[in-house]
Amino acid sequence: MSNFTKEDVQYFADFARLALTEEEKAAYAEQLQQMVELTAKLKDVNTEGVAPMTHPLHRVNVLREDKPADLLDREEMLKNVPEHEDGMIQVPNTF
Amino acid sequence: MSLMKKSVIELQSLIQNKEVSVKELTEAALAQTESVEEEVQAFITVTKEEALTRAEELDNADSKEGALFGIPAGIKDNIVTKDITTTCASKMLENFVPVYDATVVTKLNEAGAVSLGKLNLDEFAMGSTTETSAMKQTRNPWNTAKVPGGSSGGSAAAVAANEVAFALGTDTGGSVRQPAAFCGIVGMKPTYGRVSRLGLVAFASSFDQIGPMTKTVADNALVLQTIAGEDRYDTTSATEEVPNYVAQLEGNLKGLKIAMPKEFFGEGLDPQVKEKVEEAIKQLEALGATVDEVSIPHVVYGAEMYAVIAYAEASSNLARYDGIHFGYRSPNAKNLDEVYTMSRAEAFGPEVKKRILFGTYALSAEHHDPLFVQAQKVRARMTEDVQNVLNEYDIIVGPSAASVAYDFKAQADPARSRMDDILATPANLAGIPALSVPCGFVDGLPVGLQLMGKHFDELTLYQVAHAYEQTTKFYEQQPQLAGGANA
Repeated sequence: MSNFTKEDVQYFADFARLALTEEEKAAYAEQLQQMVELTAKLKDVNTEGVAPMTHPLHRVNVLREDKPADLLDREEMLKNVPEHEDGMIQVPNTF
Repeated sequence: MSLMKKSVIELQSLIQNKEVSVKELTEAALAQTESVEEEVQAFITVTKEEALTRAEELDNADSKEGALFGIPAGIKDNIVTKDITTTCASKMLENFVPVYDATVVTKLNEAGAVSLGKLNLDEFAMGSTTETSAMKQTRNPWNTAKVPGGSSGGSAAAVAANEVAFALGTDTGGSVRQPAAFCGIVGMKPTYGRVSRLGLVAFASSFDQIGPMTKTVADNALVLQTIAGEDRYDTTSATEEVPNYVAQLEGNLKGLKIAMPKEFFGEGLDPQVKEKVEEAIKQLEALGATVDEVSIPHVVYGAEMYAVIAYAEASSNLARYDGIHFGYRSPNAKNLDEVYTMSRAEAFGPEVKKRILFGTYALSAEHHDPLFVQAQKVRARMTEDVQNVLNEYDIIVGPSAASVAYDFKAQADPARSRMDDILATPANLAGIPALSVPCGFVDGLPVGLQLMGKHFDELTLYQVAHAYEQTTKFYEQQPQLAGGANA
């Protein structure tokens, strides 16, 4: 990408579900441009034949017994839900 | 010497010998907190009543069993605590009350610790000065015009200001070690997987580790052996046995092989900090170690790897804040899409938004392979470099940070920031343990020496740091705060 524009910021903000003001878009265009330039240096590294490292710890098939347990209380958890009714989470009309 | 100036191990023996009751100690900690908080601003939430009730319960208990029985503690506010607000210093979680304790909190409780409350941090642990906190500005106890470092700035300041005997911090890219260095205390980022992350609010999941922040190395070892170990609810916790570090602290440094990577002493490192760290390394030689200069070529890409991988992981982890299930919901949203976009817009601060946006960019179809996967490949190469060095040497040394604590709102110096990342991120990228121990002062501000070790070899780091600390005793120097000092 050559230069990060406000439209580019909007494009990624849509994926990230972030509403941004025009001023914010202009500020992030500049900051993201700097990030893009900074991280372009990674492309200088020869990584032919190198497998990407996704994690520092190598544990596989970490399983435990599938036993039901009452760990969390439903009423307690609902206290953190911004809006709810009859035990259901409420959202604005979606249709 | 006043009570709260003492180490955890000293306090432990006072309690066990019934020279001090848990209530007396808790009251001393609360009194110190009350007298210095106006200056230091380390706490987001002080749980005074809970602490006093707990102290009474412990005093009335039949036994004083528990490695941290009665010891006043502080918890970084991105570690969940049942029934106690856990904000991550973000408007997003300002009113979030967890329904369970993080595993580390359960372990501290089982060991008899008394929590005084929740400590300030950069918002969602994203920052290195604690200035991105939406709650308050924590100040460095050594000089309140300076930042405490971050993101565990509240934890570091609270320990340095004797408000708590120890604190838990979290380290994703230096967030335990750098504030420990800035505030003149000991901070350990354990091996990835050494400590359970259950209940640690996720930032970058392949980097995050919880670590102890303490006045002395022995205290640090004691807290780590209390919180470490496999957790059946964290599939990324390690199965390796947890050694008794404290029992094995007295090591001999004779024959210890130390690697000193030239990349850690390059451009951006403050010359006075460099001098202090070099003096410390000479001290390690005097104690019997041999030191060789080495090269770890790919660490110079620390800032770049971190920006791509940690921000990508953050953008994914922070997708959970949707305004619906928990956390902030915008009162202005008129439809479902606005619930997402406006809640996030109104409740996340600028640094968090920047990281989400860049992480989203790095994970987008066009940039995923050339940027994100490439960064993961460079991570693999750097980790191989580090492994090669650790195959020949016992530990790697360097500075913990490129400078001492700086002014608030300081214009970022690009060379310094870059060096900070080169020093901080390799341990997180490779998953190895790393510790910061005080190694002197520049202009009255503390400097940290960083030791990095082999996977699951925290013990060697503790032995070396302990031997060094015993010859220098920098922990005997404590900051002078106008309000405090007499707890």
